[in-house]
Amino acid sequence: MPKRIYITGIGIISSIGNNANEVLSSLKAGKSGIGEITLFPTIHKGALPVAEVKLSYAELLSLAGQTYGDKFTRTTLLGLIAAREALESAGIEDVNDRPTGFISATTVGGMDRSEVFYGEFLENTGKGRLRDVINHDCGESTEHIASELGIRKFVATISTACSSSANAMMFAADLIRSGKLDRVVVGGTDSITRFTLNGFNTLMILDKTGCHPFDEHRAGLTLGEGAAYLVLESEEHVMPEGITPLAELRGYGNANDAYHQTASSPDGTGAYLAMNQALKMSRMEPADIDYINAHGTGTENNDLSEGRALERIFDPMPLFSSTKAYTGHTLGAAGGLEAVISVLSIRNGLVFPNLRWSTPMKELKIKPVTTLMTGQPIRNVLSNSFGFGGNNSTVIISEPTKPL
Amino acid sequence: MYINGAGCLSPQPTFGHPGFPEEAASVESNRLKAIEPNYKEFVPPEMVRRMGRIIKMGVAAAKSTLNEAGCTVPDAIITGTGLGCIEDTEKFLGTMIRNREEFLTPTAFIQSTHNTVSAQIALLTGCHGYNFTYVHRGFSFENAILDSLLQFQHERGSSILLGAADELTTNSFHIQERMGFWRRKPGDSLTMVDHPGKGTVAGEGAAFFLLGTEKKPTTYARLTDVETCFSPDALPEEQINVRDILDRNGLALSDIDLVLLGRNGDVRFDRIYDRMMASAFPSTPSGYFKHLCGEYMTASSFGLWVAANILKEQRIPKILHVNNPPDPVKHILVYNHYRGINHSLILLSQA
Repeated sequence: MPKRIYITGIGIISSIGNNANEVLSSLKAGKSGIGEITLFPTIHKGALPVAEVKLSYAELLSLAGQTYGDKFTRTTLLGLIAAREALESAGIEDVNDRPTGFISATTVGGMDRSEVFYGEFLENTGKGRLRDVINHDCGESTEHIASELGIRKFVATISTACSSSANAMMFAADLIRSGKLDRVVVGGTDSITRFTLNGFNTLMILDKTGCHPFDEHRAGLTLGEGAAYLVLESEEHVMPEGITPLAELRGYGNANDAYHQTASSPDGTGAYLAMNQALKMSRMEPADIDYINAHGTGTENNDLSEGRALERIFDPMPLFSSTKAYTGHTLGAAGGLEAVISVLSIRNGLVFPNLRWSTPMKELKIKPVTTLMTGQPIRNVLSNSFGFGGNNSTVIISEPTKPL
Repeated sequence: MYINGAGCLSPQPTFGHPGFPEEAASVESNRLKAIEPNYKEFVPPEMVRRMGRIIKMGVAAAKSTLNEAGCTVPDAIITGTGLGCIEDTEKFLGTMIRNREEFLTPTAFIQSTHNTVSAQIALLTGCHGYNFTYVHRGFSFENAILDSLLQFQHERGSSILLGAADELTTNSFHIQERMGFWRRKPGDSLTMVDHPGKGTVAGEGAAFFLLGTEKKPTTYARLTDVETCFSPDALPEEQINVRDILDRNGLALSDIDLVLLGRNGDVRFDRIYDRMMASAFPSTPSGYFKHLCGEYMTASSFGLWVAANILKEQRIPKILHVNNPPDPVKHILVYNHYRGINHSLILLSQA
């Protein structure tokens, strides 16, 4: 029996709240974070909605407990705020009392600042402030956050597009299981940038009205931003030290669709393989899953492919929804946000609705949950995260079980 | 784990033939470019033109590795890259800024994603297995090694394609030049370590390895362990602990026959290697490799390729500047650090 991996802390910041309590309130109230873009000037203002964290740089700086300077990227500040909350929620005062790692996921790292730099640099290669580009690489936000938290023992950064955070959780759990680390603060952070907004726009997969996943008339995704981290700890010290875990990471799987660089295969091969692996590792049958937090981006391709894979595995279909109509698609952070939302579902006996849904997809039988369901015995949640490059990941988060 | 195949595309003639080249390429420049093969042998011709350079380098190195090991589809693909597909990132960013967000096409954006190299290898080999990409500066490749070893430890497969790729673009070279990374007056790249100064020489490359649980006729060496040490303040007196990794593997300091160092001729950073050697390996032979590949975030993958070849051939090329070359070579420790912040040790043994 592999070592149990407990989730002992959660932290989150997104367009629907600056911490776990605020996010839970918005989820219960059916309040979406999607709205008009205000972060940067763009020709898409008014035409393409996004799900922004409505805080300025100065406000983020203060929420992150920083008093000065412009050395941080937005990606770093969002991450720092969520990671600090995760540590507080786990009641960890000294991050170095046990071997602790920080593993973070991001897709564009410090692009929010690189965009500013490149504008000037392209005119004249001697121009542009270096401090705007020095934080460009993905590892920089991880190192800044780890340094601020005082974590030195181990750092890593993963970037596998929109499955990045889920994959970071797998690496973290494997490190704990192998005994290399006792505890890992793990998740992801991504800010909205002009780069990603325009990039997804060229693919013509941004919904001009805001995403409505799993709907017959869905027209694409809506970009969001945010960060979320979880504290994963080994069973070897969680129970003896009297720590009450919030949840348990029971299983996970990653598989490659190997079909197309950006599109998912029609039958959802990668998704099917990832979900099956996660179920197998959890020693669960499909019927054991009480709620599925789907990847459900709202693109025509993803929702059909994911839906087909779900139908291949689950019969009957458990309660399921995509929460991206609340938070937008937060890319590298999405797996982290949805893992935190899965923990909130288990802890509060809630299933959050798939907002903006009205018409079933004609190819599929399944229908998402569309109103808040309360008083649900949610023991096991399956959460999907799929990314470019056919990167498909599934994690299964459960009510904490007691060690034998 | 055994290294059963390897492929390395670098500024040296390392690609397309077995073993280490007899002659090293010397360049009068502070920028070393990878020698590129005819990609049509590795990439479908219709894809060659559109594919970004780092993707082609990665795919070619990966495919030649698989060919050498006689493997068609590995169980997993795990890669590292420091800056990812920076050429396509710059291309999309530049067009977006110049065209004021209009008339954009998706190809560069799609290819700018950091996991494109491993994704394309999966696509071209039909590999549905585990597919991860690590992007943490001087730990990108090391984390990929660690993950590979964990996958074997958890018995999730018997063959893993491990690799790293980084490309240097004119823009990223200029930006890092302004940051003071490179030598102001470039001399012969091969002697840069002998003439220490401020700054080093920029490089790039792709190195891949097929790891397997079984020893084969193609086996190079055993990839035993890896250790990273994060030193965010880059304190000059801080030192990597070499004992843990050796203890874990039942080795004493005296068992290490050769230490391969990531010396890059930058006086600000090379003294870290001197101190480590003086304290842990005062009489152990050592050599270095970055004058051959240049400095980049995944340069340690070139170091691993060099070490694997030494263990296989039991021959130490002169160009590595090893004082008192040991014979036989049973255990090699590769010590590299990126700007004093990301330190790593890779342990290899004779198969």
